[in-house]
Amino acid sequence: MPSLGADMEAGTLVEWQIKPGQRVKRGDVVAVVETQKGAVEIEIWDDGIVNELLVEPGTKVPVGEVLAHLRIEGETPPPAVAAAPAAAPPREAPKPPVPPPQVAHAARFKVSPVARRRAEQLGVDLSLVTPSGPEGVISLADVERAAQVKPAAAARPAAAEKLAAMRQAIAAAMSKSKREIPHYYLGTTIDVSRATSWLEQENAKRPVTQRVLFAAVLLKAVAVALKEVPELNGFWVDGAFKPAQAVHLGVGVGLRGGGLVAPAIRDADSKSVLDTMQALSDLVTRARGGALRSSELSDATVTVTNLGEQGVETVYGVIYPPQVALVGFGKVVERPWVENGGLYVRRLIQATLCADHRASVGHRGALFLSALDRMLQEPEKI
Amino acid sequence: MTHDDIRSAFLDTLASVAPEADFDALKPDRPLRDQLDIDSFDFLNVILRVHEKLGVDIPEADYPKLATLSGALDYLEARLTSGRIH
Repeated sequence: MPSLGADMEAGTLVEWQIKPGQRVKRGDVVAVVETQKGAVEIEIWDDGIVNELLVEPGTKVPVGEVLAHLRIEGETPPPAVAAAPAAAPPREAPKPPVPPPQVAHAARFKVSPVARRRAEQLGVDLSLVTPSGPEGVISLADVERAAQVKPAAAARPAAAEKLAAMRQAIAAAMSKSKREIPHYYLGTTIDVSRATSWLEQENAKRPVTQRVLFAAVLLKAVAVALKEVPELNGFWVDGAFKPAQAVHLGVGVGLRGGGLVAPAIRDADSKSVLDTMQALSDLVTRARGGALRSSELSDATVTVTNLGEQGVETVYGVIYPPQVALVGFGKVVERPWVENGGLYVRRLIQATLCADHRASVGHRGALFLSALDRMLQEPEKI
Repeated sequence: MTHDDIRSAFLDTLASVAPEADFDALKPDRPLRDQLDIDSFDFLNVILRVHEKLGVDIPEADYPKLATLSGALDYLEARLTSGRIH
């Protein structure tokens, strides 16, 4: 069970998308897991052949526990060493050895295939069903009885429960952040008149399906500016800063009803603005409607939050650990602006940086905001 | 296409981004954004779906005209009857 963030302790396997004997390659989706951040598609990190699935759908599994055995190409079955699918990201500390599969199995329930299908149809959570058979096997009758007794016990939590779980996850991560990270905050006003005009002209030339939101321009500018101040992009792990090689930009996405997730746009510094927009659109759509992928929830090297939509002008953020910086944008506003002795009406945005003082100093943070300003003055070059 | 057809098609597009909203309670002259808690992404999706369903390609410069329900319906009716259909 991969860790999808510092705050995750366990996930519930919803379904397998692989079978024993199946060939898989790195990046394939192998399972769907229900987490506090919603349903997540778990990707595998190695090429190989599925040897054995160790966990039944419906089981809640702690982070670090083996879900399945994978045979790496060239190995002979049974493997000497088990490889977990979608192992925790490389930055995670090595997990303690897991108990042998038969021990782990003993704690779980057994269920007949016909009962499992019926449970899915009826929305019955198998972990809540009491088996009546002699060997503790859940039968069709057990499932149907459970469905009558507990019509509300759905296999997937209701929206309100999901939101409460997400609230807990946010609480854990943000409390850890405020407890451990010595934040410092910097802010600056950036004239985005040129950037917004440029985008309006670009969008006027494009069909509705190719239009770009200003948020995508801001994201791209952040990703490029971060290359100049690498100590803002990476993780604080085990008492030291570990810079990230790539810029995977976490984007705060508000969910209806008050949820929040921050999935990553991978390699945001090397994407065009249009590609950034498409990646953003895809992420937001899946965060709100479908499933995010495990790598998207665990890969972000820095986070950007844009609260301008709600009308605020300045964001004072909270860093998402173990990241070391968060960039905030407020609303684009028209304001009087003095430049070279002349008074103009310009479109302005407040950009803020909150950063971990263990990993960077204010002077370097200031250089980042200055680089961001510079990028936004030449939008056509971003 | 009648006024009611346009209204029903437009409400369908709104329902795709704000499925839990009570559309009977929508005040026609107040911003949709505030009433439905939609952001620029949701709004762009509405514009995309209007394009799919009604064949109207709305230029970005016209977005403000769709800020309220009555504004949006007036705008779409005008576009659909003026022959400027893509």
